[in-house]
Amino acid sequence: MSTQNEHIVIDGPNLVHGGTSEVDHNVHPNDRDRHGADDALHGHAHHEPHFIFKYIFSQDHKYIAKQFLITGMVWAIIGALMSVFFRLQLGWPDKNFAILETFLGHWAKGGKLSPEFYYALVTMHGTILIFFVLTAGLSGTFANFLIPLQVGARDMASPFMNMLSYWFFFTASVVMFCSLFVQTGPASGGWTSYPPLSAIREASLGSGTGMDLWLIAMALFVVSTLLGGLNYVSTVLNMRTKGMSMTRLPLTVWALFFTAIIGILSFPVLLSGFVLLIFDRNFGTSFYLSEIFINGRALPHVGGSPILYQHLFWFLGHPEVYIIMLPGMGIASEILSTNSRKPIFGYFAMVISLVGITVLSFLVWAHHMFVSGMSPFLGSIFVLMTLLIAVPSAVKTFNWLTTIWRGKLRFNVPMMFAIGFVSMFISGGLTGIFLGNSALDIHLHDTYFVIAHFHLVMGVSAFMGMFAGIYHWFPKMFGRQMNNTLGYIHFWLTFIGAYLIFWPMHYEGIAGMPRRYFDYSAWESFKQFESLNSFISICAIVTFFAQLIFLVNFFASIWKGKKVTDPNPWGSTTLEWTTPIKPGHGNWPGEIPTVYRWAYDYKDDGNGNDFVPQNVPLREGEEAH
Amino acid sequence: MSFIIFALVALFFVIIYQIAKASEYATTLRGEDKVRASTNKLMAWLLLAFLVLGMYAAWHFHESILDKMLPVSASAEGREYDSMFKATIILTGIVFFITQTLLFWFAFRYQSTEKRKPYFYPHNNKLELLWTTIPAIVMAVLVMVGLKNWFLMTSPAPASAQVVEIVGKQFNWLIRYPGADGELGRRNFRLINDANNVLGLDYKGDPRNLDDVVNQSGELHIVKGRPVKLIIGSRDVIHDVGLPHFRYKMDAVPGITTTIWFTPTVSTEEMKKITKNPNFVYEISCDQLCGKGHYSMRGTVIVHDTQEEFNEWMRKQTPDYVTNFANKPASPAPANQAAPVTDSAKKTAMK
Ligand code: HEM
Ligand SMILES: [Cu+2]
Ligand SMILES: [Cu+2]
Repeated sequence: MSTQNEHIVIDGPNLVHGGTSEVDHNVHPNDRDRHGADDALHGHAHHEPHFIFKYIFSQDHKYIAKQFLITGMVWAIIGALMSVFFRLQLGWPDKNFAILETFLGHWAKGGKLSPEFYYALVTMHGTILIFFVLTAGLSGTFANFLIPLQVGARDMASPFMNMLSYWFFFTASVVMFCSLFVQTGPASGGWTSYPPLSAIREASLGSGTGMDLWLIAMALFVVSTLLGGLNYVSTVLNMRTKGMSMTRLPLTVWALFFTAIIGILSFPVLLSGFVLLIFDRNFGTSFYLSEIFINGRALPHVGGSPILYQHLFWFLGHPEVYIIMLPGMGIASEILSTNSRKPIFGYFAMVISLVGITVLSFLVWAHHMFVSGMSPFLGSIFVLMTLLIAVPSAVKTFNWLTTIWRGKLRFNVPMMFAIGFVSMFISGGLTGIFLGNSALDIHLHDTYFVIAHFHLVMGVSAFMGMFAGIYHWFPKMFGRQMNNTLGYIHFWLTFIGAYLIFWPMHYEGIAGMPRRYFDYSAWESFKQFESLNSFISICAIVTFFAQLIFLVNFFASIWKGKKVTDPNPWGSTTLEWTTPIKPGHGNWPGEIPTVYRWAYDYKDDGNGNDFVPQNVPLREGEEAH
Repeated sequence: MSFIIFALVALFFVIIYQIAKASEYATTLRGEDKVRASTNKLMAWLLLAFLVLGMYAAWHFHESILDKMLPVSASAEGREYDSMFKATIILTGIVFFITQTLLFWFAFRYQSTEKRKPYFYPHNNKLELLWTTIPAIVMAVLVMVGLKNWFLMTSPAPASAQVVEIVGKQFNWLIRYPGADGELGRRNFRLINDANNVLGLDYKGDPRNLDDVVNQSGELHIVKGRPVKLIIGSRDVIHDVGLPHFRYKMDAVPGITTTIWFTPTVSTEEMKKITKNPNFVYEISCDQLCGKGHYSMRGTVIVHDTQEEFNEWMRKQTPDYVTNFANKPASPAPANQAAPVTDSAKKTAMK
């Protein structure tokens, strides 16, 4: 063992796997139940897995990643389409659109949305994009796909749990989808679903059956996230290949690792919040309810506090935005470095800032509640914590900038999206400084300034990161390339479109225009934005259609894209590119490669290449990292 | 109609597909490396162009939209707000300009060319320290300024403040003024009754209620120069009293009382002149999603020029008790209720 570990610098966790090649078998207690390259390699006679187990209840992390990706994409289309529907209403509140009636039936009689359904659309749009697309679709895809490939493992720590994670997500999706069709409409209390509105059935149409289904779907979703997250964390901790110390991990893995930790620690709190809400709705408890007179009668509840729900919700709700952001950060770091042909600048600072963000993300939740009636002193603590979190974010930004400084930049499609990610992150991050300062938030809270802020920093940035990742790893996922020209068109339309949609919203918010309004035309203070709102809606529709370009490119390329011939098409250092072009079950047909260096050795390798993969042994005189 | 849409969508997909095919043929014809090099250059220029045009557009847009924004703050505290806001805009504006420029300039400047050699530069702890401490210091300053204002805004109201209660319900605002005794009486949600006691004033238990004036039109009357303290509550779900012209807002939470106070400095009449808009009116928006009529939960604020003017108005109001129970059989709470008042915005809009 000691000889095997010679090249490993100080690294505790690595000892976990003993360091011999047998490890590859030992760490796979499940190998016996699984099928594929791993077994075939060792000469066991094995039949092909049954169709159902290969394509539906697959336990291969790469396949599960694709399942998450495709499901997430379906949701993304639905969620984005909803935003087009409600943008039609916001842009032209006095017009009717026949197409709305075609799609939504009685919810848009004569082509005019009903206010109830407007709120339902906004709620589902938020819920779908935040949870189903940018949590499950993003982490689910890349954590599944990249963690085993980049740490050098044959699969997840528990492939079975991994499969369950997907199927819980799928079930949650089915329930959520069904809720769109119930008679009283889907939940309509906002993605935050504050009680009493969400707790009292009479309070709004969407607080009826739609809300029940919403809660059930979300509970299933939390289970899925936990199963996935536990798997990601244990895989990163226990299943790294020989030589892959924690300090040699690619930043994608670090980011996904912290994402999973945040999820594991915060989602259970959300679940408990939901359970109490279910109790209040169905069993007459009063956790969140007190002194309510509604629909002509006084309810019996006294003593509860709606603020309690807000604390429980935002204890997840805020970390959630980092759950959405971190994978994008990791992906952008990886892609910026690869395509600058330069190591990421400040690897350790990048990891430490991730730690900082992870820790601080749990200490800032109440900045969403400055005007909820919370104690002003408590508010001041959260101001401090919130602005503190700007520091690690700034460090990351400067490190990205220094990474591309004096590089040799290749502007392939993933690189464009990574640059777009940084640009959006800067723009959205800076407006967070306004909102985190309670004295400024007291006017901006719940206006379009907030909509603009979080769409840029979380919605669009995370999508930029996700697109970057898809374009970058598509060759690894499907063995083919996506079309470049379409990729560039997609990038520019999305990037410019997103700025045009969300930049003007800041001004509407500064003017006090509240979010979640169905119509502003009766308001003396807000109606002057009518033409601006139409402009935003036009941009939103164009941007929506730009995403169809991506969809065509994605699906056409799966079957018709140019075949990849080079196993390492981007000249990357990380381990996933040492697998065959189409890795089978078990990832490496032979032994898992041993790692000798960090993930960012973009330098002359002495043979005319400008990068040194992680599995290349140190040359003489070279210092280990 | 739907056929045309269908045809257009189909055409759209065909065009996309053709672009893809054409670009692939072109690449094979011209040679992959050559195409890659020229695309790289094109993208570098586009990024630079985006930076220049984007900065110009942002500035131009800023200038052109200013006259659509809110007028000067109508409260003394709001003035502080505006100056802090401006300072934060300038500060973040500078950071925005520098970082975005660096990002796109580096991208353009260091685009891949034949000759360029990337510079192996993995870390520099001095730099990291630099850009950890500078943001930390800047943030500390912002926190200090912010908290100074925050504690000012949330400090106890002066004793001379006018007290008004504002209660949200689906979907309008109920406003209560104390009568001659200058005090608001106790409420009890179990006594609420849409016919004759919308706020659930406890007349039996608290005689201070007898002279309280309740206004269901959502009109909040206050006086220029006199601090006003709002006692905020809700009858049903969470609402939020949004006062954009005064730069304030506070949730209305059932079961909990919240408050804000501020000093109005510009009367409604004065603001009509400042904005040159004879229809100008201070509005109260509901800023917390409260159900179907949320977007129409509109109230207004009338800032009187003088206390006398306000007193004049107040004299014309009748206490709720007198309206509902004087001259009537003394049993409150009839079983049937009048239709609740809803959608106050619609009413005002229709005028
Ligand atoms: C085509 C792109 C998009 C457009 C045009 C769009 C537009 C909007 C608008 C106008 C609202 C405010 C509606 C209202 O308050 O009345 C909204 C709400 C929201 N959006 Fe988007 N959005 C887009 C993409 C996204 C993405 C990518 C995310 C992912 C994070 C997202 C998450 C949300 C959330 C969480 C809300 C708040 C929902 C609520 O108030 O409960 N959106 N969107
Ligand atoms: Cu937050
Ligand atoms: Cu409301």
